[in-house]
Amino acid sequence: MELVQLLTPEGERFEHPDHPLETTPEELRGLYRDMLLTRRFDAEAVTLQRQGELGLWASLLGQEAAQIGSGRATCPDDYVFPCYREHGVAWTRGVDPLNLLGMYRGVNHGGWDPDANNFHLYTIVIGPPLLHAVGYAMGMAREGADSAVLAYFGDGASSQGDVAEAFTFATVNAAPVVFFCQNNQWAISTPTSHQTRAPIHRRSAGWGFPGIHVDGNDVLACLAVTRSALERARRGEGPTLIEAHTYRMGPHATSDEPRRYRDDSERQTWEAKDPLLRLRAHLEKHGHTDAAYFEDLAQEAEQLALRVREGVRAMPDPDPAAMFRHVYVDEHAQVSEEQREYEAFQATFVQEGPQ
Amino acid sequence: MRESRQVFEKMTMVGALNGALRDALDEDPKVVVQGEDIGRLGGVFRVTDGLQHRFGKDRVVDSPLAESGIVGTAIGLALRGFRPVVEIQFDGFVFPAFNQIVTQLAKMHARSLGKVRLPVVVRIPYGGGIGAIEHHSESPEAYFMHTAGLRVASPATADDAYWMLRQAIASDDPVIFLEPKRRYWDKCEVNLTTEPAPLHKARVVRPGRDLTLAAYGPSVKLCLAAAEAGAAEGRSLEVLDLRSLSPLDTDTVEWSVRRTRRMVVVHEAPVFVGAGAEIAARVQERCFYHLEAPVLRVGGFHAPYPPSRLEEEYLPGLDRVMHAVDQAFAS
Ligand SMILES: Cc1ncc(C[n+]2csc(CCOP(=O)(O)OP(=O)(O)O)c2C)c(N)n1
Ligand SMILES: [Mg+2]
Repeated sequence: MELVQLLTPEGERFEHPDHPLETTPEELRGLYRDMLLTRRFDAEAVTLQRQGELGLWASLLGQEAAQIGSGRATCPDDYVFPCYREHGVAWTRGVDPLNLLGMYRGVNHGGWDPDANNFHLYTIVIGPPLLHAVGYAMGMAREGADSAVLAYFGDGASSQGDVAEAFTFATVNAAPVVFFCQNNQWAISTPTSHQTRAPIHRRSAGWGFPGIHVDGNDVLACLAVTRSALERARRGEGPTLIEAHTYRMGPHATSDEPRRYRDDSERQTWEAKDPLLRLRAHLEKHGHTDAAYFEDLAQEAEQLALRVREGVRAMPDPDPAAMFRHVYVDEHAQVSEEQREYEAFQATFVQEGPQ
Repeated sequence: MRESRQVFEKMTMVGALNGALRDALDEDPKVVVQGEDIGRLGGVFRVTDGLQHRFGKDRVVDSPLAESGIVGTAIGLALRGFRPVVEIQFDGFVFPAFNQIVTQLAKMHARSLGKVRLPVVVRIPYGGGIGAIEHHSESPEAYFMHTAGLRVASPATADDAYWMLRQAIASDDPVIFLEPKRRYWDKCEVNLTTEPAPLHKARVVRPGRDLTLAAYGPSVKLCLAAAEAGAAEGRSLEVLDLRSLSPLDTDTVEWSVRRTRRMVVVHEAPVFVGAGAEIAARVQERCFYHLEAPVLRVGGFHAPYPPSRLEEEYLPGLDRVMHAVDQAFAS
């Protein structure tokens, strides 16, 4: 199956018969802004990790188009299930970047209200959230809701049994769900060729639902295919699998050393396909932007970075009592007892130690 | 057994585990190693560093990202006569394989009336203290201890790590091998010629008279520090490294407690239905009349492992261990 592409790396716009997309200059500028701001706060998070402000960070560098394009295809009532690298998708859902940084700093395990933006918590364990997404979609369908679920997973995740089970439940229930695989070519040190011999997007055929292969560095193509797949889901026609062909430009996470397992030249070839550069080329070629637009945007990006930097540094360590909170909805004898013991023990220090 | 004790260079626990795998791969062509990112990368902790280069991709296998698959195919390999040693990347990721471990790996020997043997080792870096993100700091040993058919062991030092892994690989039973990741970079002298003890024997690592501190894996070092602190207060604390959690070397525990008459068990896992509960129950069954105080437990809380900024509050530290020691003497 050919790769759906609406924008070449040089910024040339194409039409695709199956995935028509009309965009206003304002929308195009908006998509560029989304990608740039996401890239900026992501870079800030990398810096904050180096400075010891975060324990870890999983950068989305290189995957901005896949995430912004697909995320912008959602409607407010749709629901998104991310993994742990979907910072761009979070952005499109209006989730404050500071929420994402809390768990990487180690002050919480996510902590945001998933229903506030219909953006579920990040899930570190690979596989489970796809099933949650299908179940959520089944619930939507049962209630007759005119909305759909967008679930993200990686090329590595595609090997998990939970993912196969998610496909099964989605197809037999004709659940309104779109599975969006960001094939960034790597799962830590493991290349996609170690996970599968056949392209991931072809897999859905065996389950009886369509698969689409899209240029993951083309924000317009990602927007178009995800929008049509979500519409199909909302019409009650069941799931779609989208495989976005993209690249993880950075290390797996800040603790990783990619030089041990991949060649830098690979990264260089992908640099030529940079998702921001191609949209910028397109915008400039068509006179949709002027120098002031980029200057203003650069300034906005710096302001965002500053807000993220200051926000992270100001994040207090949680109150130790938080450990015992929300373990259960209702009072639980063991938790209460242990909390009392813990607090009594702590109190001995407050009395004895220097104030 | 009477070989002269030859002391080799100081090694980290990572180095010792790497050496154990290398020697096992060298000695037995049926040993195979598989796991996520263990080949070219050498594992996220570098325990398998260089092994794929040395033994090839058929024996040191970068697996797809699927833990149920890693353990399930290890069972199949074992059925075919191999001795698989698999790596689960982090404690919190063993659960996709839980079904294979509990319903298959643990039971097949019994179901076959002894005809099938599954010499599979499941290596799991476990425990906290490294400032990691969720699911990377847990202590799941009780789940495995509770399952008959699995042997469960955890070394505390590099020396034990080398030998216990060799012994685990040599075992014809499946072994859940829990590696205390916070001790991965601690160094000690590793004797490569003499086994320090059988796999399932507890060891007194610091003799004492007044109280037994029982621990395993990451908490042994903590208990040694507590014994040091106790000595400064005039208390003679014995430290017992349990080493094996299934089977539990209850005889050695009993022998120690009969002398010291007090015991505190320390582990990172939650106290509620943890290893300490089993040990305390056995001690009161076997030496009730020798006890001067109830057996006390220090460990994690009945709460999810907290975000890393709180882990020092959650994990047993010197203060909490000493507090329990004080309580044992107050009785
Ligand atoms: C069940 C499980 N096993 C192992 C891991 C450790 N781990 C974290 S990310 C990762 C690779 C994921 O690759 P992929 O699905 O391609 O996503 P990407 O990181 O490329 O976004 C692994 C093995 C995990 N988080 N969960
Ligand atoms: Mg990937």
